[in-house]
Amino acid sequence: MQKLDSKIPDGPLAEKWSHYKANLRLVNPANKKKIDVIIVGTGLAGAGAASALGELGYNVKVFCFQDSPRRAHSVAAQGGINAAKNYKNDNDSIYRLFHDMIKGGDYRAREANVYRAAEVSNDVIDHFTAMGVPFARDYGGSLDTRSFGGVQVSRTFYAKGQTGQQCLLGTYSSLNRQIAKGTVKMFPRRDMLDVVIVDGKARGIITRNLLTGELERHAAHAVVLATGGYGTVFYLSTLGLGSNASAAWSAYRKGAFFANPSFIQIHPTSIPVLNDYQCKLTLMSESLRNDGRVWVPKEKGDKRHPNEITEEERDYYLERRYPAFGNLVPRDVASRAAKERCDAGYGVGDTGLSVYLDFKDAINKQGEKAIRDKYGNLFEMYEKITGINPYTQPMRIYPAGHYTMGGLWVDYNLMTTIPGLYAIGESNFSDHGANRLGASSLMQCSGDGYFILPNTISDYLADDIRTGKIPTEQPAFEEAEKQVADRIQRIMSVGGKETASSFHKRLGKIMWDHCGMRRDAEGLKKGMELLRQLEEEFWTNICVPGNDKDLNQELEKALKVADFFEVGLLMCEDALQREESCGAHFREEHQTETGEARRDDANFAFVGVWEYAGAEERPRLHKEALNYEYVEVKERSYK
Amino acid sequence: MEFKLKIWRQKNARTKGSFQTYPLKDVSPEMSFLEMLDYLNKQLIEQGQEPVTFEHDCREGICGSCGLFINGRPHGPQRNTTTCELHMREFRDGETIVIEPWRSKAFPVIKDLVVDRSSFERIMQAGGFVNVNVGCAPESNSNPIGKLIADKVFDAAACIGCGACVAACKNSSAMLYAAAKIAQYAMIPQGKVEAKERVDTMVKQMDAEGFGFCSNTYACEFDCPKGISTDFIALMNREFFSSKLCSQRHG
Ligand SMILES: Cc1cc2nc3c(=O)[nH]c(=O)nc-3n(C[C@H](O)[C@H](O)[C@H](O)COP(=O)(O)OP(=O)(O)OC[C@H]3O[C@@H](n4cnc5c(N)ncnc54)[C@H](O)[C@@H]3O)c2cc1C
Ligand code: SF4
Ligand code: FES
Repeated sequence: MQKLDSKIPDGPLAEKWSHYKANLRLVNPANKKKIDVIIVGTGLAGAGAASALGELGYNVKVFCFQDSPRRAHSVAAQGGINAAKNYKNDNDSIYRLFHDMIKGGDYRAREANVYRAAEVSNDVIDHFTAMGVPFARDYGGSLDTRSFGGVQVSRTFYAKGQTGQQCLLGTYSSLNRQIAKGTVKMFPRRDMLDVVIVDGKARGIITRNLLTGELERHAAHAVVLATGGYGTVFYLSTLGLGSNASAAWSAYRKGAFFANPSFIQIHPTSIPVLNDYQCKLTLMSESLRNDGRVWVPKEKGDKRHPNEITEEERDYYLERRYPAFGNLVPRDVASRAAKERCDAGYGVGDTGLSVYLDFKDAINKQGEKAIRDKYGNLFEMYEKITGINPYTQPMRIYPAGHYTMGGLWVDYNLMTTIPGLYAIGESNFSDHGANRLGASSLMQCSGDGYFILPNTISDYLADDIRTGKIPTEQPAFEEAEKQVADRIQRIMSVGGKETASSFHKRLGKIMWDHCGMRRDAEGLKKGMELLRQLEEEFWTNICVPGNDKDLNQELEKALKVADFFEVGLLMCEDALQREESCGAHFREEHQTETGEARRDDANFAFVGVWEYAGAEERPRLHKEALNYEYVEVKERSYK
Repeated sequence: MEFKLKIWRQKNARTKGSFQTYPLKDVSPEMSFLEMLDYLNKQLIEQGQEPVTFEHDCREGICGSCGLFINGRPHGPQRNTTTCELHMREFRDGETIVIEPWRSKAFPVIKDLVVDRSSFERIMQAGGFVNVNVGCAPESNSNPIGKLIADKVFDAAACIGCGACVAACKNSSAMLYAAAKIAQYAMIPQGKVEAKERVDTMVKQMDAEGFGFCSNTYACEFDCPKGISTDFIALMNREFFSSKLCSQRHG
């Protein structure tokens, strides 16, 4: 059995990274030209890494499934990006950002990784600013910040409600600059379907050209996955419809360990499900909770128009339950509280599955213009979707699947358990423990891509300066390509009656009901049984029209859904073994008298790391113990 | 609701396309336009026909993937709205809806409603960036930029790269798209340094890709889902002519 070595360097927390970095091996400029690196994904993590490695002089090949790298789902991030600049003089610091993330993650993340993410956060903001990213500014011309959930300082940089778009377009510009220079070659409209392992090392990938259906072999000295999150396992989620687990999953099947798969964030403020045809839930940024107040009627089943319900008749339940943080409690807490109210019969809207987010007080106090300046595009988006004007009546919101804290297990170098295979950004598990704090993903993705990976990967590549080109004409590539081709043929030849989306929707419902915001052993076992049944049905009744040597969106979807069955099973398996509640993982069996999560540090202060054991076998669980040297592990209270 | 959909079907870039008509019943006014097409596709697949291929991802108006020419307008009838944000309540019950891909020499059709927008990529690669390497950024607040300018820069930067401006223009000009990026950088100290060179290389690329000239009809601004202003074209022209003057002076 492989032993997990996180490779956390010794030494004091604040010096680990600088000291470690100083001792990493380098590849000299002449040798860099001889080294190829594959990066899959063009979000903040992938495009950042590609530009940084291109600038250093490596030969980089980058892949994404969209027609342009600028459309990676990072583009949809709304609220902001954190950094420990302390511009507000509110006593912020790298240590405080680190501490907030460890606590926010409910003491299930690695101290050293989180500290490093906080440490490079300031460089990330400086780099974005230098690239011309138009962050919001105050009248004096300095960068402005705002507050996000789970913290008591104002450290979130933003560009209206389009921070992800602006950061990604900045990163895209640096990627374009390298493409123009010829250091980076871009391969859009490609689905990565497998990773190729030669002599135990990741040496390439198999992709499907989405326009022609051709399977392609690409070789390199190292492979970096930056393929984002798999929240689309719920079908309805805040992610783009193309988001998937398949790239990471192909690595898992090839032996990369998968960590904490069940840690998946349900975001409290999404526009609720409005009809049965919906395939996507639109997020209303967490930043809205800076000024919006969350409430439900005090009376069960009160169907009056919200504006007719007086102050005395409203239950501002977050402010009531969590006076210290009020509406800005972390996401897991806010989501469960909304579900609790709705399950108890206080929910609003036709379905009773939503709560109000009200800006009345903020508009009265600051004026409509101030609110429009801060959230204009979000309000517009809300109105377009619902037909309701949130300036004059409260928004309706409900939790939705959003972000995966779980992902490929990586060590301090961001390398998976397969040598030469790296995972960065949302696709790895590293920095957010059991719950991510708002605005810390853009920060982590950019930090991983621009500032961390380029250093750690050179240490690995230093051994490859004499390797020479990796040929694609060799058995490992042939075999991987054949496996992919067989899988495609298998799906194409079922000739059933049900569409991939329809299966995906049914699968999502199983996951939401059995492995969603609240879980229990019985439900999880039931969920696994249902998943297995549905998977069987899929392989006998999936319908993929057309031909695989063509642009075939139904085939693309079916391949992704086929993987989601396995992802779902592993999520349930992981949720089942974790007999505690922590962060986004809430087990009914483990709660306090007041309904808060009850952690079990004595038995579960570990990362749950899964090893694939074959299609017919149950996966093997490994445990990476989490040791807290710098943070006192406490009950996580926002009261 | 009930609609008659006239949709452009084209197998691939080499074959000629044509309109096909599909009646569609039981459409809910709550559906988004793309959900309506999903609904049509589900029926087509179940009847053993090939579904309509169209591009999309975020479904919330920010990635710029989607873009259909609906009843003669890019992104349809609602202003400041992408195709994915458009809802069926904007249409009349019983209406015939004509759905086409973007039409432009620089955006060849790939299949059905999907076009090749890689020409847009090459315009950005020609100069849509600031030349700064990772690691050499100054402290963020060392370059103050007043709020009013910063807000304007943001407005220029809000382009989603959808291509509606080109589809709206009778000359298939990509001026609004290029100008927005050029203006974004020209207004800030980080980008000013290379402003002249940038405008030169990007405009050259735009011409090379086969986009047409700008004859100031403002159709692009009218149909841009992000409300990008043609003021940026004026700003770009100033940069462009001053870059020409400079280069003449330098011989
Ligand atoms: C609606 C929304 C709002 C958010 N708001 C915020 C916020 O305000 N602040 C914050 O910090 N975080 C926010 N997040 C989270 C954050 O946006 C993401 O975690 C982050 O952007 C992920 O970046 P990434 O680079 O890891 O991956 P992504 O940006 O998701 O990119 C994934 C890339 O991988 C490619 N890819 C995926 N699979 C394959 C495959 N099989 N083959 C080939 N290519 C593939 C895609 O083409 C894409 O280029 C938000 C998330 C959502 C969904
Ligand atoms: S300028 Fe407007 S219409 Fe043109 S690509 Fe940008 S967002 Fe689309
Ligand atoms: S699908 Fe992303 S903008 Fe329409």
